[in-house]
Amino acid sequence: MNSIQKIFQEKDRNLLSIYFTCGYPELNDTNTVIKALEKNNVDFIEVGLPYSDPLADGPTIQDSSQQALKNGINLDIVFKQLMDIKATNKTPLVLMGYLNQMLKYGEDNFCQKVVACGIDTLIIPDLPMVEFENHYRALFDKYGLTNVFLITPHTSEDRIRKIDAYTNAFIYVVASASITGAKGEISPKQIAYFNRIKALNLQSKLIIGFGISDKTTFTTACSYANGAIIGSAFIKNLKTNGINAIGNFISSVR
Amino acid sequence: MKSKFQPDKNGYFGQFGGAFIPELLHPNVKELEDNYIQIIESKEFQDEYKSLLKDFVGRPTPLYLAKTLSEKYGAHIYLKREDLCHTGAHKVNNTVGQILIAKKLGKTKIIAETGAGQHGVATATVCALMGLECTVFMGEKDIVRQAPNVARMKMLGAKIVPATSGSKTLKDATNEAIRYWIQNPETFYLIGSVVGPHPHPDMVARLQAIISEEMKWQLKEKTGKENPDTIIACVGGGSNAAGAFYHYFDTEEVTLIAVEAAGLGVNSGESAATSQLGEVGIIHGSKTILMQDEYGQIVEPYSISAGLDYPGVGPLHAYLYESGRAKFMNATDKEALAAGYELTKLEGIIPALETAHALAVLPKIQFKKDQVVVLNLSGRGDKDLETFIKHLED
Repeated sequence: MNSIQKIFQEKDRNLLSIYFTCGYPELNDTNTVIKALEKNNVDFIEVGLPYSDPLADGPTIQDSSQQALKNGINLDIVFKQLMDIKATNKTPLVLMGYLNQMLKYGEDNFCQKVVACGIDTLIIPDLPMVEFENHYRALFDKYGLTNVFLITPHTSEDRIRKIDAYTNAFIYVVASASITGAKGEISPKQIAYFNRIKALNLQSKLIIGFGISDKTTFTTACSYANGAIIGSAFIKNLKTNGINAIGNFISSVR
Repeated sequence: MKSKFQPDKNGYFGQFGGAFIPELLHPNVKELEDNYIQIIESKEFQDEYKSLLKDFVGRPTPLYLAKTLSEKYGAHIYLKREDLCHTGAHKVNNTVGQILIAKKLGKTKIIAETGAGQHGVATATVCALMGLECTVFMGEKDIVRQAPNVARMKMLGAKIVPATSGSKTLKDATNEAIRYWIQNPETFYLIGSVVGPHPHPDMVARLQAIISEEMKWQLKEKTGKENPDTIIACVGGGSNAAGAFYHYFDTEEVTLIAVEAAGLGVNSGESAATSQLGEVGIIHGSKTILMQDEYGQIVEPYSISAGLDYPGVGPLHAYLYESGRAKFMNATDKEALAAGYELTKLEGIIPALETAHALAVLPKIQFKKDQVVVLNLSGRGDKDLETFIKHLED
């Protein structure tokens, strides 16, 4: 059983996950942010690996990634930071990055380091299903890692069923045809899409993300899925109000 | 027999290619993949494409024996005059073809990225021709250095969106176009080079293949043989080279030379010579050779030429490089400028800065007497006059 499945065993409604960018706002804030999120009972944490060309991300996460890279973050530092917090952190971490980072680091080397940090779940938005089937599935299996697939309003039912079969953690339900970033309210069209996914009776747990930013959107998302991920809104809050305001932000959402 | 320079079913040329795209783009890319070959090979498409190439673009473009240049370098140097295409470069071959594919797929909104502005202009032009809505993404830095093309696109009715992220050049314009595409999946992404996720590199190569298709019969007429000894073309993303090489990929006796931009020098830290500085990586949905740091962060390239200022190269070219089928050379800013001035004086043709890089390798090659060389004169230099004038006194 992986770390995310364990969480779902204890709780399968209203899960709150927060995305943050490693090395932001300052290089050594990674673990301060993780500690604050744990203290505020976030259910699992999406740890973003800053990338120079994050295609699936909107301006907020792009900016935080650029800043983190300017701060001097790199994969070796990230892995060191995550090793440092491994012993004390009890909240599952999910690693989110782009495929080229893994490729350049060396796929086996990358997987070994991830496992050593006590992480078993990956989100790689530019890893397509066919590449997963042809190569990465075997690689991840070798290290006991699991991959989170994204589905969108345009993903066909056939494809969703396949993704469901490949899923061991959760399916990341992208809330709209969009990149990351807050968009205000959830529209009736999105509700119809959430209902359509719900009606498929998938075996996998569902977590909604992209455009979830506050109590209203979080609560709405949770009524159609097992939980939701907040990313850009959290980063914006970090930028404006700093690390000390993490508690307030989490309370304002729940 | 299928050429090994055609992609396999997953869009790979050797180890390069594929479609590394977020799930959101899957339906769009799949739709194109399922239809592009059938459309391109249909009689209806071919009739309309060829008719537009002839009467709208002005094809066939001449194959011109540059006598003075030939004398100077001791070879028979033919210039394939893509600079005489409508809108000033080979780019329009591709946009005419893709706009017909877009129409066939029922798309009404077109997006494109542009570096030097040539692809943006070529896209805005075919959108004006077909009455389709056009949005062009262009790096903020390129908007400044290619002002005349920005004005042309606006006249043609295109909306220009500045890319303000990263290095604010072609790479970032492409990122922004892809992000917009994710958010507006009903749009057709009219990509400007042999880059991006499969099937884009193959589709664009097929649409540029008209260049070498014409070269074959033109050379036959002029020299009695369809094969030259050498073909030279500049490479940013690689579309003009793909077109100039296309019908010669499997003709091993034809030497293919791809010329990259070395900027201030290959090892100066200010360069765009991807094959020399890059390693295997993923950019814009394609596995290729990529300029990146030790952690896979994409490095910002540099060249005086906005059209060559790209940290990757198309997957087909990565394969041409790795397999040794094409020889990769490079030219610095300075060498390109000198070659541009030289062609202007010797032959009365002002080339684009991109094309000037291809010309700049002529002094570096030892030609045999009677060697037949075709240099793909991919674009004209009108858009670069400001840069040429600025360096005239150097």
